[in-house]
Amino acid sequence: MMKFERYEWVAITIMISLFIFVGFIQGWSVSLVILNMCIISAIMTMGVNISWGYAGVINFGVMGFLAMGGLAAVIVSYPPITESWQVGGKGLGISFILLILLVISVMFISKNIKQKRNRYLLNSTIIIFGIIIIRHFYLNATNNIENVNPAIAGFLGGLGLPIIFSWIVGGFFAAGVAFIIGKVALGLRSDYLAIVTLGISEIVVSVLKHEEWLSRGVKNVIGLKRPVPYEINLQTSDWFINLITYLNSYKLNKVSNINERQEILNNLIIDGSGIFVKLSYAVLFLIVMFIIFYFANKAQLSPWGRMMRAIRDNETAANAMGKDVVKQHLIIFVIGAAIVGVAGAMLVTLDGLFTPSGYRPLRFTFIIWIMVIVGGSGNNLGAIFGGFVIWFAWIEAAPLTTFIINQLTLGLEPNNALKLHLLDSVPYFRYLFMGLILLLILRYRPKGIIPERVRHS
Amino acid sequence: MIDFLNSIVVLLNFIIIPGISYGSQLALGALGVTFVYAILRFANFAHGEIMSFGAMITILFTWFFQSQNINLGILPTALLALPLGILASIILCIISDKFVFQYYRYQKSVPVVLAMVSIGVMFVINAIIRIVIGTETIKFSDGQKFLMKAKQFKVMTGLNEGLALKSSQVITILITIALLTFTFWFLQKTKTGKSMRAFSDNEDLALLSGINPDRVVFTTWIIVGILACVAGTLYGLDKSYKPIIYLNLVLPIFASAIVGGIGNPFGAVIGGYVIAFSEIMVTYAYKKFFVYLLPGPLEPSGLVQLLSTDYKFAVSFSILVIVLLIRPSGIFKGKVL
Repeated sequence: MMKFERYEWVAITIMISLFIFVGFIQGWSVSLVILNMCIISAIMTMGVNISWGYAGVINFGVMGFLAMGGLAAVIVSYPPITESWQVGGKGLGISFILLILLVISVMFISKNIKQKRNRYLLNSTIIIFGIIIIRHFYLNATNNIENVNPAIAGFLGGLGLPIIFSWIVGGFFAAGVAFIIGKVALGLRSDYLAIVTLGISEIVVSVLKHEEWLSRGVKNVIGLKRPVPYEINLQTSDWFINLITYLNSYKLNKVSNINERQEILNNLIIDGSGIFVKLSYAVLFLIVMFIIFYFANKAQLSPWGRMMRAIRDNETAANAMGKDVVKQHLIIFVIGAAIVGVAGAMLVTLDGLFTPSGYRPLRFTFIIWIMVIVGGSGNNLGAIFGGFVIWFAWIEAAPLTTFIINQLTLGLEPNNALKLHLLDSVPYFRYLFMGLILLLILRYRPKGIIPERVRHS
Repeated sequence: MIDFLNSIVVLLNFIIIPGISYGSQLALGALGVTFVYAILRFANFAHGEIMSFGAMITILFTWFFQSQNINLGILPTALLALPLGILASIILCIISDKFVFQYYRYQKSVPVVLAMVSIGVMFVINAIIRIVIGTETIKFSDGQKFLMKAKQFKVMTGLNEGLALKSSQVITILITIALLTFTFWFLQKTKTGKSMRAFSDNEDLALLSGINPDRVVFTTWIIVGILACVAGTLYGLDKSYKPIIYLNLVLPIFASAIVGGIGNPFGAVIGGYVIAFSEIMVTYAYKKFFVYLLPGPLEPSGLVQLLSTDYKFAVSFSILVIVLLIRPSGIFKGKVL
């Protein structure tokens, strides 16, 4: 097991005490909600950190990979809609097979016809006619599917498996998309790569938004099954009531009136069930986070990790030493994206709903990057720390701003126009904080709060 | 013959005129991005927000003028406020350079770090805009809305199809022509422009021959401020002003700049039009056009639409990806890469 430095212990202590602090001030429920999102953010950040921190491969497609993870959650857990399959399954199957045939024939032509003009001509003819034929089958099928009970269904549904499997499937989905993107774009210079991955992630999200047969599009998928018990079931199960009674026995014994006691117990059970659900999520997420953290650290310390650092620090030299830079870049890009995909599936699991229009680059790409930069690229603990601190700041910015504005405008009248306007725009101050944090860190601590450890071995 | 004319009018009304005006807005934006890329050598993610900021200041002054009953008759009042908006965005650019970008330039940081820094700047400007003006959609065009209404055109020519000409479209096209002429004249003919080109071509050589880098950078930010504010205001005038739109607009703008060959001003302009026209042409339903052009039995039954309009933004990135695959340096060879 790795040993932490002293300042790393300080960071861990700060993280834990933040949640205890919020727990006492704003209540344990709020604290756990923030904690769950922090853990998911930390996993996303580790994913980006692996490609950027280890190998210097930039990945601005976070939003797209998260969305792929979310799609996996829908496809794995939603019960199948047989009617949709009956009306549209065949058409979709045919168009899918035709698409594969089209790709194969284009590849075949590109390989075997040497003359450039003939090759272009033949390829473009095949592609145009192929697309027209495929569109015919495809549009028919998708229209049929979308017409199946559009108010509650209108898409293919999923496999009806427990949603927890989707965390793995989500990783594979994101990895698949990342493989295609990597094949296309990884040869580009870093800032071009940033723009291209950002653009492709927008394409991924717009496909999910508008292909209703697949993801229900902007109509959203709601009511995904949870991996943890529901509050309502907990409140009626004996063991949970006994547990709450046991935990609060001291408090309850002080109340002598039996009716009053029952009422207090009921309230405690309602509160407790909410906290129990969030706590079980937190435990599941923490397990995933520790697994990823463990393997990420192992990989970083392994010869492979050393090779990655060599490639990052001097590509030319690494290439001269016989390392296949292009292949390694692709591998690490795919691994990073897969971890982000896992986080995406977990995010949808936590919310219990999939809203494709909710994926916006500001929230799901740039904030994650701020987490990476602030935490410290190249250090997994730093990534976790960045995820925790930035998400915490993102949530707690609003109450903090309200407090500051109220203090600053104490002299003004309560219905002063400026004061009211400022209080109205409280939610936007978090962007200001994020920007300032990023600028300050980049200026005064460019390696992040917990920088990468320099290894002399 | 009449049918042929009708089909041409359909194309003009739904593709060519909107394409030119949207393309002009993208071209001005892409030109700004390309200037930063050529001189300061980084991808400026904050460009969209600079556009938005300029448009916001213009709107604020437009409201002020409107409340004072100052207007330009048939022209939108925003044109009167535009110089003030330009001034504000130039100041914004120079402040952000002085306090943020300059440090990294002196440190000779790698382009990726500067791109990250520009994301920080983007967040800050974004927050300022939202705090000042909120996130609501704002329509601020006044004056005469149409130069020619579809009905007038029908009466005038006797054709079935109308041709509408919005004044904002004409203003966009005229201002773009004027601004592009000025920019290229400046780059080709003036001493400062020449030193900028020299600096972008070979920094060391330019420094050796006595060009002051701070002056070049200063001039660049002034030009970027002008271009960004005009592009942002024209876009807001033509469609409507909404702070969130400008973040989405950054990507087509980057696509335009890269497609044309980043670092090459002429390429950026062409790239803007390429992206705009492909976005509109790929998502337009050609049914009406073919109904006029083809004889009865051949008329199409469907909409004859390649992609639904939902994919408008996706089209520009697809073109970006295709261009990068086939010709990584853009249509006109960019300077770097």
